Amino acid sequence: MIEKDAGIVFNRKVAHATFLMGLNAPEIAGKAAPGQFVMLRVTKGIDPLLRRPFSISGVQGTDTLLILYRAVGRGTSIMSEKKEGESVSLLGPLGNGFDLEASKKKMILLAGGIGIAPLLFVAQRLEPASYRFMTGFRSKQEIIGADGTGIILNNNEISTDDGSFGRKGFVTDLLKGRIERDGPEGVCLFTCGPLLMLKNAVKIAAESRIPCQVSLEANMACGLGACQGCAVPASVAMNETYYHVCQDGPVFEMNQIDWDRI
Amino acid sequence: MNGKRAELGVDLGFMRLKNPVITASGTFGYGEEYKDLVDLNRLGGIAVKGLSLEPKEGNPPPRIIETPCGMLNAIGLANPGLKAFIEKKVPFLETLDTNIIVNIYGHSLTEYGAVAAGLKGIDAIDALEVNISCPNVEQGGMAFGTDPDTSARVTEEVLEKSDKPVIVKLSPNVTDIRVIAKAVQKAGAHAVSLINTLTGMSIDIESGRPELFNLTGGLSGPAIRPVAVHMVYQVAQAVEIPVIGMGGIIEYRDALEFLIAGARAVQVGTANFVSPGVCAEIIEGMEEYLRVKDIPDINGIIGTVKSA
Repeated sequence: MIEKDAGIVFNRKVAHATFLMGLNAPEIAGKAAPGQFVMLRVTKGIDPLLRRPFSISGVQGTDTLLILYRAVGRGTSIMSEKKEGESVSLLGPLGNGFDLEASKKKMILLAGGIGIAPLLFVAQRLEPASYRFMTGFRSKQEIIGADGTGIILNNNEISTDDGSFGRKGFVTDLLKGRIERDGPEGVCLFTCGPLLMLKNAVKIAAESRIPCQVSLEANMACGLGACQGCAVPASVAMNETYYHVCQDGPVFEMNQIDWDRI
Repeated sequence: MNGKRAELGVDLGFMRLKNPVITASGTFGYGEEYKDLVDLNRLGGIAVKGLSLEPKEGNPPPRIIETPCGMLNAIGLANPGLKAFIEKKVPFLETLDTNIIVNIYGHSLTEYGAVAAGLKGIDAIDALEVNISCPNVEQGGMAFGTDPDTSARVTEEVLEKSDKPVIVKLSPNVTDIRVIAKAVQKAGAHAVSLINTLTGMSIDIESGRPELFNLTGGLSGPAIRPVAVHMVYQVAQAVEIPVIGMGGIIEYRDALEFLIAGARAVQVGTANFVSPGVCAEIIEGMEEYLRVKDIPDINGIIGTVKSA
């Protein structure tokens, strides 16, 4: 892992309040694995003070690290206004990614909103025929991938909460429908998204006995295991009380986590 | 100065530091977390994460939240406990050429004493730093550090059970921090370090809930720096033992402020989270400041604050 200032190669809007940033960071891009993250700092000033964790959304060529993000707060709002040629500070790659060995089966990549970010990197490393993408958004204007991300989504099934595009409902409804139609045999699930959606996905996976890896997020200050801020409750079966998202995750097997306490 | 490097070493009487910059407890893990990013031997010292007798899992999340120019934390003093610390963390600390300060805490006098006793004889440990901000379980949960008598008793207990120099880390959540500083000095403390975090609270106005599960947390970062500089100034006037200053230092100018206010050394905390290389930058910045000012020795600025 390294700390460095990375030049912005591009920073473009790809959906409502959603941006894709390309960063010149060959040392990080070369080592990064799907599911890993970087701690990013947009300003040298003290407000915002802390870095924020961002999933790595992919690598372009050998040098460019891709970060897909939503402008939701002060930091990401400043980030969205950054221009080509400016720079941000990166610390990474950090954490443990998805176990791609588990993905030789019929893979489903299940994303809720900006939770698509780490799964795009997974898709980049898989054979296009080996996975199916299911993505859910609140409405049509937020859909990522349909509108110029430069990343082609194979077999992409889309749901929107308001029905303005694709199937009306939650992305977990798509998952449920698929399992009811094709059966759970050989299916393996990688997922990332809002907590409520993850809980639903995990419930479906557990009921259908589908192996499932989940990428979690948490407030964290360092990303290095020092602050211990990013604790998530471990399931009773594990010999731990808390895991730390930065070091033990951010990707977990679903049965590692206590989904009732999280 | 004929290009000669300024002297950065400081002597606390019981411990000599190669420079006045120490990483603050709870912000630098056990050093090992930062070994790929930082030349640890460059540091004046490392104060490791707070240690208790038994393992402590910490508070339920959310444990941290950013606030203007600072952060609130309620980690809950999570740590592996005395036994695991000695087995798993000390061997790495033994390889380092810097001063190791072990921050300890307890919920009773006996527990403080037991941790201090358990660390006896470990040569890699240069000093103990006693966190007296913990609730005193035996006396209704009031923090030891908010009362001069209990502060003194903790200090005496640790001194009696330990073979190390004892630094007492003072809480700013008191009416007059000088009263506590004098009490622990009288009890025999070798030094005081201040300030620990200021108690704070942040509420999500949409849900009406506090942002931290613990309701309150400790505020750190640049937001608290002027408060910290003032308290360091006050305490440096009130006691003879060395004062180690901290609170929101993020660059060398901030560190110099504390030294001029009377601190013999400083601790850098929250800034390590933001910028792992910050302590090295602060050390270099101090050197450059002395060179430009033509001051041969960092000790030449300590406590030199002028009355306006």
